[in-house]
Amino acid sequence: MEGRVRETIEGVYRSDSRRVLATLIRLLGDFDLAEEALHDAFTAAMEQWERDGVPLNPRTWLVSTGRFKAIDRLRRRARFDASLSELAERLEPGVHDAPPGDEDVEDDRLRLIFTCCHPALPADAQIALTLREVCGLTTEQIASAFLVAAPAMAQRIVRAKTKIRVARIPYQIPSRADLPDRLETVLHVIYLVFNEGYYASSGASLTRHDLSGEAIRLARLLVDLLPEPEAVGLLALMLLHESRRAARTSPGGELVLLEEQDRSRWDRGRIAQGCRLVERALSSRRPGPYTLQAAIAAVHAEAADAAGTDWAQIAGLYDVLARMEPSPVVALNRAAAIAMRDGPAAGLALIDDLLARGELAGYHLAHAARADLCRRVGDVASARASYRRALDLARQEPERRFLARRLAELSE
Amino acid sequence: MKYLCLIYDEEKKFGAMPKGELDGLMKEYFSFTEAIRASGHYLGGNDLEPVQAATTVRVRNGKVSTTDGPFAETKEQLGGYYLIEARDLNEAIQIASRIPSARLGSIEVRPIREH
Repeated sequence: MEGRVRETIEGVYRSDSRRVLATLIRLLGDFDLAEEALHDAFTAAMEQWERDGVPLNPRTWLVSTGRFKAIDRLRRRARFDASLSELAERLEPGVHDAPPGDEDVEDDRLRLIFTCCHPALPADAQIALTLREVCGLTTEQIASAFLVAAPAMAQRIVRAKTKIRVARIPYQIPSRADLPDRLETVLHVIYLVFNEGYYASSGASLTRHDLSGEAIRLARLLVDLLPEPEAVGLLALMLLHESRRAARTSPGGELVLLEEQDRSRWDRGRIAQGCRLVERALSSRRPGPYTLQAAIAAVHAEAADAAGTDWAQIAGLYDVLARMEPSPVVALNRAAAIAMRDGPAAGLALIDDLLARGELAGYHLAHAARADLCRRVGDVASARASYRRALDLARQEPERRFLARRLAELSE
Repeated sequence: MKYLCLIYDEEKKFGAMPKGELDGLMKEYFSFTEAIRASGHYLGGNDLEPVQAATTVRVRNGKVSTTDGPFAETKEQLGGYYLIEARDLNEAIQIASRIPSARLGSIEVRPIREH
């Protein structure tokens, strides 16, 4: 009997604690007070549900219990600070206060996401706060995922919460006019979390929390709450990248390039989901950068092998992306796609152009791509020089080993 | 909630600006000021003398020291402020972004401490 109630509470904690927290932050207007209230509510549940049984609607019970516990706390503190008693009174629910409906609760979750990703907070704090408040990770988990000492991560979170309170960052879903910009920040935060998990150096990755999985869960939640095309596009992009996870490293931890991956190890379920989402995102009038990148990933996912890839379509998608986001890295990827479509010499000319402009001179992948194309046109000396340059610039161990291997192959 | 909008500009830019452009900017400031006065956001504001007229005052170990110039050497100098009333930071940011120098320099939005 005792075990069953405990199990129920643990289940409710997993499924609903973030929802309860999001609503408590709105009701109490303070992150720390809401976190304490959440903790108090679950502590009370342990005692009372055991004695009186599990309430009909556990979430509503937890919200109202948390709210009363917070008012209690303020009353106790008010004995030392008179201004708090007024606050406690203001928070006292009125007799006409209806319990929050499901729609309010879902809005609270969006409010929480947008507040944690507010552009007035530093970028690293947006990520930390989102993982902690929205995903429910502990400070220690976030610190180890980002290879930061726990006290430093705790301080980052405390500072962010202080800024929210002092500068009065509102607990709000942005207005229609602000939504595109604000959504961009949220999507960027989610994508950074994903990349941190996806491109983690393999040595450290054993101890890191599953950040890519966390990012995908976050994007799913966002798509459920706010099905904007670019949110759908980002979810598709991450699922399609994630589908290749097992194939992109060898059993020995070596990096395997897309064209050399064993495609039978790609996750077909994720690919199917990703492709469906790409279509949904593309059906909007104007696809954004995440949707275009997802569409490119989908073309790769649908090809039987590198040779059978529809490079014309990929090059065309990069043309659109390069116009929308004229960044040197997009231009580099476009050049690589054109090399596959029109032959290595065409791609090489574009990459030499890019390198001559200097923006990518310090980017190891630009030199690695140049080396690969030089190798294909039979210019071994230039290929070796570019692999050496790439090796000098590369930081991650698996990438360095990969480049060293390529260099060694060329001397044979 | 009150917010102080501090206006940062590169003074050099104003010196190099053709008179017509400078007059246009001043007109733009005038109409912005009128607009937030009319909308009830305006509480006060002033423009400041150039940075050469600035003095930084410090107290060290109970002793007052005064030095010539602004508190820090940066590319932009504090050139004025708006004190505004806004519902929250979002509204304050929105208003600050309409200050003409948001385009030319930077605006620092600082919440005013409430007592």
